[in-house]
Amino acid sequence: MVSNFENYTRYLVIVLFALFLAACETVPKESATSSATSSTSSTSAVEIIDGVYVGSDTVEMLAIDVPDRIFFAYDSYSLTKAAQNTLEKQAKWLKANGSATIAIEGHADERGTREYNLALGDRRANAAKDYLMTQGISSSRVTTISFGKERPVNSGSNKKAWAQNRRSVTVRTN
Amino acid sequence: MRKLLLYLIPLILFTNISYALIEIDITEGNREPLPLAISEFFHDNNSEIIDKKITENIRTVISDDLERSGLFSSIDDKAFIQNNRAMHLKPRFADWRLIKAQGLLTGELAIEDNRLKVEFRLWDTFAEKEIEGLVLITTIDNWRRISHMIADKIYERLTGEEGYFDTRIVYVAEEGPKNKRIKKLAIMDQDGANHKFLTSGKELVLTPRFNPVRQEITYLSYFKNLPRVYLLNIQTGIQEVVGDFPGMTFAPRFSPDGGKIIMSLAREGNSDLYVMDLTTRVVERLTDSPAIDTSPSYSPDGKRITFNSDRGGSQQIYVMDSNGRNQKRISKQGGNYATPVWSPRGDLIAFTKFFQGQYFIGVMRTDGSGERLLTENWYQEAPSWSSNGRVLIFYRETKANSAGDGHSSSIWSIDLTGFNERKIITPVDASDPSWSKLIQ
Repeated sequence: MVSNFENYTRYLVIVLFALFLAACETVPKESATSSATSSTSSTSAVEIIDGVYVGSDTVEMLAIDVPDRIFFAYDSYSLTKAAQNTLEKQAKWLKANGSATIAIEGHADERGTREYNLALGDRRANAAKDYLMTQGISSSRVTTISFGKERPVNSGSNKKAWAQNRRSVTVRTN
Repeated sequence: MRKLLLYLIPLILFTNISYALIEIDITEGNREPLPLAISEFFHDNNSEIIDKKITENIRTVISDDLERSGLFSSIDDKAFIQNNRAMHLKPRFADWRLIKAQGLLTGELAIEDNRLKVEFRLWDTFAEKEIEGLVLITTIDNWRRISHMIADKIYERLTGEEGYFDTRIVYVAEEGPKNKRIKKLAIMDQDGANHKFLTSGKELVLTPRFNPVRQEITYLSYFKNLPRVYLLNIQTGIQEVVGDFPGMTFAPRFSPDGGKIIMSLAREGNSDLYVMDLTTRVVERLTDSPAIDTSPSYSPDGKRITFNSDRGGSQQIYVMDSNGRNQKRISKQGGNYATPVWSPRGDLIAFTKFFQGQYFIGVMRTDGSGERLLTENWYQEAPSWSSNGRVLIFYRETKANSAGDGHSSSIWSIDLTGFNERKIITPVDASDPSWSKLIQ
């Protein structure tokens, strides 16, 4: 009578797992060594250096020759020379427009968990804010907000899109 | 939520259980599902039951619940030899064995004083015994919950583990293009029924989590462009901001007693962990590192907390005492780790792992040993446990092409064994799922 139940008697089986080693499609992690990714566009200009977007697509101007955004390397919030240069232009513009107030939006690419990316976006926005403060801009004129990976500027899932999305954007609030 | 009036009356079991009855070892993983015959629920031609198709619906809900668990298969009723009301009193066991049914579920329905009375019996066709039986009485509209509760009873009787079918999922419903995504909180029964949007989509909302003891959700809202942790009472719809913090609060989760919320606070570029007592409103700071500390989750006894930090140079999983002492890294198999969530059984921590360009959902013991990766994909994260700690739900995204098309987001479930991976159907795209405890 119990023969058919033998399959169902209680085993203490430790389930071993194949660790997916075979089928791993290896996508190289962005790093300094995978730098200088050439653009496939007709201009064939170098658009990403050391994981940081250096092109001008998506960039808008707060005023003539005052770009609104800076770009970051993967999982990084350090400011490149180009980013510092842009922020110096923003500081100059803020000094020339003493009543202007701004919000700095921090963003991350989609290759990271949502909550960590919120923290990372906050880091990036504050890295930009701190640099503006070193340029003599009062912190009372600057608010920050992190959007994590929630507001990509490029909806693609490729290196260029991710590089364009790793950014902080300065937005005038008055 | 509708008020539930429910009475459970155990049936008298005819025999004592003394020898091998059907049971399933759910730690086993990839095994053949146990064939069950689930009969229709008989009644005295009651028009209200017939009009609402309750007979067939109850049977379908129970059958679908059990089949989705991957542990049971439901035998097509066309194969039934005995198919009349008599089986509920005395099944012809030989007939059921002939169609390979190991277990048989029979039931009766009645309407008494405007209430639905459901009686079921679970029979072991080989031992020729009734092994479970119950009468449930509720309002007629509650037939779905009754069905889930019966499925839970059957699961519990045959696996020895608590069921998880009378539960709900709260998640973020997503619509529109990636760069202008509209996100709303949504709630549904575990099987997708009773779907309801909880917010309008006007504000960006993220990461809802159930209170383990109350009909309440905590989540992140960008209301007035100030990202803060909020509370939402599911019954009243009332939302309130949690605390008065000087920066973005995010990654909220309730303590096991439902009385506290643990979360991250970002100040000047640095995210640390804080806990707030919802009664006294007292806030306590738990971590103080210059790194990102986020995604905290309590152990079920409330004594420890696991969280995500990049203090060592990369995203890893840490545990600490609930007062913030004894912070220690536990993830160590290489790669980046995120979103640790403590199992309701206490023995495991589920996580997201990012390794060589792929995302994995996995589990490890609370000291970091015994890491097992359950599923690999291009992008997936944010596991949430079933109430019995046997199943995980998480969300998965597909890759977009260079025009941004092809992106989608959906909720999936997988057994702790790594088997039985299933997509959970939602009306629109879905992310950030959180699974409730059994509804009280």
